[in-house]
Amino acid sequence: MSDTTVSEHTEPAADRHDEHAPDEHDEGHDHPSDWAYVKIAVVLAVVTGLEVFTYFETVLDWGAFLVPSLIFMMIVKFYLVVTWFMHLRFDSKLFGRMFTAGLILAVGVYLVTLTVFEFWV
Amino acid sequence: MSAEAAVADAGHAADHDGGHDPHATTTGLSHTKLAMWVFLGSECLLFGGLISTYLLYKTRGNGRTLPTDVFDIPFTSVSSFVLLMSSLTMVLALSAVTRGEEEAGRTWLLATALLGGVFIGGQVYEFTSFVREGVAFTTNPASSAFFTLTGFHGVHVSLGIVMLMSLFVASLKGKLTQRNAETVEIVGLYWHFVDIVWIFIFTVIYLIPAD
Repeated sequence: MSDTTVSEHTEPAADRHDEHAPDEHDEGHDHPSDWAYVKIAVVLAVVTGLEVFTYFETVLDWGAFLVPSLIFMMIVKFYLVVTWFMHLRFDSKLFGRMFTAGLILAVGVYLVTLTVFEFWV
Repeated sequence: MSAEAAVADAGHAADHDGGHDPHATTTGLSHTKLAMWVFLGSECLLFGGLISTYLLYKTRGNGRTLPTDVFDIPFTSVSSFVLLMSSLTMVLALSAVTRGEEEAGRTWLLATALLGGVFIGGQVYEFTSFVREGVAFTTNPASSAFFTLTGFHGVHVSLGIVMLMSLFVASLKGKLTQRNAETVEIVGLYWHFVDIVWIFIFTVIYLIPAD
């Protein structure tokens, strides 16, 4: 497995002075090394292990912390996949805006839907 | 036009559409990639609707067995882990193709498709065992919502496997090179999206207690 960075197909954003370019303080404009991806995958595996661990209530009763903990771990996994594996961390912000627009719209619409149907009651 | 030829053509089109020349498009970005991100944003609405429907119906069993009664969490955990690791192999495939290491890229693409196949195999087994235990598509509103949601996700994974195998065949024919690495990236975005949808489903549907 190579440890080299991959940057050939990324746009030379710094040269473009484009409003959609990533921030200057981003980690350059290179994609991470294969080793970095493996490390992210290990973190994802550990978090998944923790999630599954919550299922075995006889080992540890999470009580009122169960649902918030599961939601938190789900968001961590989502964030890691989107930012690292889908490269939103390194790509143009416009891509992220397109995706988050759909995501926020979906979350908003369906939170209202669930509320209207008295899901929380 | 064969699937692999279409994939290769899409890659060349991406080249001409700004994949490697940021000044070729009005935004300075690849329109193909932008379109995929817009598509994925719209997919959030599709899966949001399906997840919400399941949440609303999950306790409506009409006196019959609910999906939650027959969940096999340890088994589904293994399936989830397999799909999660397929995201790693996918990103390694992109990394290899981008570096011009076509053989390594091909291997990782095949590994990703195989892991996806294992996930789908697991889903088929799960569905079969649910039906055997009395939870079929029309058993009650809860089971209908469950099978619709997980079935839609399974179809997405299956389509992803078809795309991955198309890339694999294109690579075997020498049509998938460093020049059209963006094609791999776009298929990868779709694959990772399918993975994050399952991250949601696994937590919200399987792990969070029904009541």
